[in-house]
Amino acid sequence: MADIKAMLFERRLIYFLIFLSVLIPLFMEPPKTVRVTPEVEVVYDRIDSLKPGEIVMLACEYDPSMSAEMSPMTIAVLRHCYRKNLRILATGLTSNGVSLIESELKQVAEEFGKVYGVDYVYLGYKPYPGIVIMAMGEDFRNPFPNDYYNTPVDELPMMKGVKNYQNVALVLTVNSTSGIDYWITYGQGRYKFPLAAAATAVMAPNYYNYLQSGQLFGLIGGLRGAAEYEQLIDTPGSATRGMFVQSVTHMVIVGLILVGNGIFVYGRLRKRS
Amino acid sequence: MEQHIVFTAAALVTFAIFSFLYKDNPFYKFAEHLVVGVSAGYWIVILYNTSLVPKLIEPLQRFFGGRSTSLLDPLVIIPAILGILMFTRFVPKIAWISRIPISYILGIGSGAAIPLVLQTFVIQQIYPTMAMFLPGGAVTWWDWVTNILIFAGVFCGLAYFYFSARHEGALGGVSKAGIWILMIGFGASFGYTVMSRVSLLYGRMDFLVNAWARPLLGALFGG
Repeated sequence: MADIKAMLFERRLIYFLIFLSVLIPLFMEPPKTVRVTPEVEVVYDRIDSLKPGEIVMLACEYDPSMSAEMSPMTIAVLRHCYRKNLRILATGLTSNGVSLIESELKQVAEEFGKVYGVDYVYLGYKPYPGIVIMAMGEDFRNPFPNDYYNTPVDELPMMKGVKNYQNVALVLTVNSTSGIDYWITYGQGRYKFPLAAAATAVMAPNYYNYLQSGQLFGLIGGLRGAAEYEQLIDTPGSATRGMFVQSVTHMVIVGLILVGNGIFVYGRLRKRS
Repeated sequence: MEQHIVFTAAALVTFAIFSFLYKDNPFYKFAEHLVVGVSAGYWIVILYNTSLVPKLIEPLQRFFGGRSTSLLDPLVIIPAILGILMFTRFVPKIAWISRIPISYILGIGSGAAIPLVLQTFVIQQIYPTMAMFLPGGAVTWWDWVTNILIFAGVFCGLAYFYFSARHEGALGGVSKAGIWILMIGFGASFGYTVMSRVSLLYGRMDFLVNAWARPLLGALFGG
């Protein structure tokens, strides 16, 4: 019994099972449907209701270590916006993520034949997000006189007449940092613009109370949220595939918990008898 | 070909990181130090190019080169001096000077943060908690159920952290309910955390299988 217990509780065996549960589903066809939650649907509906030409501000704050979770959200939202012929004003207020965000903006823009400076603008990075967010509330040119490519913002056709948050339809922060707090406090709290958040799954539960208070109008949480958005725009991508992997892995984890508890109860009963 | 080489290097570093799951080893240490070094180096370059150059070096170059059109250009000397004063911390005798820029940062930070943090994290959060007592806060019976649950949950949760009286009798019961509320919250957070970690593992595996191995094998064996 002790040997079986030691074998079952060997952490390397658990790692191996998790490894297999992630690897095997990668070779299988994932189911295409995910139940869409209201907090994701409201983001989709809000963007869907915008008129062509309106500006969506995408504040992306994540680095490559969180790309697996965050990038599908950015890509899905960008696809939706470009399909609706909306314009994108993007920032990347995380130093280690600026190039990653630029590549994603470029990738989706090329997919839809969008032109830089006309259909989308990338302002890039400036340190101290709280101060940058507040300064953008006065004028985007205060923290960003030039864009990511060092072009003066005034020379970009899309930025003509675009001064501050009053000129954007909504702000969506795709964020794996504490930056959402900054956006709520220094952005929405001060300038009262419509704000939605796309957060990692770890962070998502902490922001549901802001949904209820109306400080956020929508919340895309983790890979699941990204998969829901992919379903809403009818373009299954890496998040939809990832959710299938999630389901299999969660079943394995639940199985391991049941086995662990079963052995614990069995051991206790044997001790008593 | 170039992409295969870059991706193979990335895959090898990924394997080096995963090797820690077996046990600590030099490959893991190498990959770990590489991540820290690359991140720090990247951060310094980005910070230099996006902050120091446009906010300090360029205005000073314009000013001293006689090309300045803004009266603000020479004023960047003030934050530059404040920044340099921070380095006095390395000289114990004059370390006190660093308190000047620190107090400036604290003053600006507190002035900007305190009213907004109070407004957004406290006052605006109290409103939905008390929604059922406010006109229009609860319309349907389901609104009432959820509002009562939220109010009771917040009340019991706070009661658990009330340590000025012994947790006995009514307070004991309420704080016990508070523990349950907290545990449900932690459970939800833990579930989401597992989901997040599996997502990251999926991201790496997806890279290894679909971005690295399959194209590489295809290129090698013509599949």
